[in-house]
Amino acid sequence: MAEIPVLKIGDCLLVSIQVDMHDRLALELQDDLTNRIVTERARGVMIDISALEIVDSFIGRMLNNIAAMSRVLDAVTVVVGMRPAVAITLVELGLSLTGVRTALNVDKGLALIRKAIDDPGSALGRREA
Amino acid sequence: MAEEHATMIPQLLAEHEQTLLRDWMESQKKSGALRGGQVSEAELADNSRRLLAGLRGGAATEQFEDITTPVWDQRRTVLEEISRSRATLGLTPAETATFVFSLKEPLFALLREKVGKDPDRLAHEIWVATSLLDKLGLYTVEAFQKTREDIIARQQQELLELSTPVVRLWEGVLALPLIGTLDSARTQIVMESLLEEIVTSGAEIAIIDITGVPTVDTLVAQHLIKTVAAARLMGADCIISGIRPQIAQTIVHLGLELGVVSKATMADAFALALRRLGKAVVDRAPTPQEL
Repeated sequence: MAEIPVLKIGDCLLVSIQVDMHDRLALELQDDLTNRIVTERARGVMIDISALEIVDSFIGRMLNNIAAMSRVLDAVTVVVGMRPAVAITLVELGLSLTGVRTALNVDKGLALIRKAIDDPGSALGRREA
Repeated sequence: MAEEHATMIPQLLAEHEQTLLRDWMESQKKSGALRGGQVSEAELADNSRRLLAGLRGGAATEQFEDITTPVWDQRRTVLEEISRSRATLGLTPAETATFVFSLKEPLFALLREKVGKDPDRLAHEIWVATSLLDKLGLYTVEAFQKTREDIIARQQQELLELSTPVVRLWEGVLALPLIGTLDSARTQIVMESLLEEIVTSGAEIAIIDITGVPTVDTLVAQHLIKTVAAARLMGADCIISGIRPQIAQTIVHLGLELGVVSKATMADAFALALRRLGKAVVDRAPTPQEL
């Protein structure tokens, strides 16, 4: 069975989901990722879902869970590269992933992680007015 | 009833086309089909001739039962054209249908003249003629309605396109001036065009301006919140601007929580967007070239 690779870049972990996510794979990723955050002492996790065309409620909840788990382990999670159609579907499903930071692409995601690590005061990486 | 094909209508139409046309024109003129000059006589004559010619051609195929079959295609096209041209003249669909129905009078008169001696035969011929003309008459009404519906659908589409532009204000800043009420269909289009633009421009901030939205109720607010949430999933922050005092009051009275930064004017929102991007606007004297 395919496994989703977790790459280490500096103190960040990069997960690029290239295959269709099924529930079992999602649970394994969750498991794998939390282990790696601890062993690598990662400060940031970036999940690239630009190749995902379908995100159902289960995957949506998994993204939320991963963000919550990394927060407990003091790492910042950013979901990057979501497609417009996926974003609309998630919103219609009522899953707006309020606990997850988002960025348009890997570049902006890395910048966001850097900023969040440098300035832990910004609660969700969202700048207030 | 006599056999279906034992009708002399095709033959009559072919042999007496000119007489029929003349009688028909007479009776139409008498019944005021010219509408005091609104329809020119030449046009009425032309329409009548074309319809009669079509009818003759169609009747020759001896398929009276169903006018949706391919052999009637050409005749239906004639009817559609007549219906359309009469609609643009401001005639009601009833008047257009009456135009077709009025052919019954001369046709029945002709039938009576030919087979008046044989009541059974006459009744059968009249039945065939009347059912055919009724179908054609009703078809003009359908064609009229379809023309109307096409116009309405096109206007709706144009309205949608007109009212949902996405504007680039600055590198990384998009503006979405909303005009008109936000219903589900509009929200869908607004959301799609905003998200597409976020992808192509790589914008981080989107300003949604609701100056042109007449009222904000719970449903509109719900749609706004959805749009903001979808943009956030794409990594763009939203600022809502153009909130009029009345709308501010409504939002509070309804107990709505937009959950997003809002500003009174687009200018304020743009200033905030620039600050977030680390840009500053400074005062300086314009050079002579800039004046």
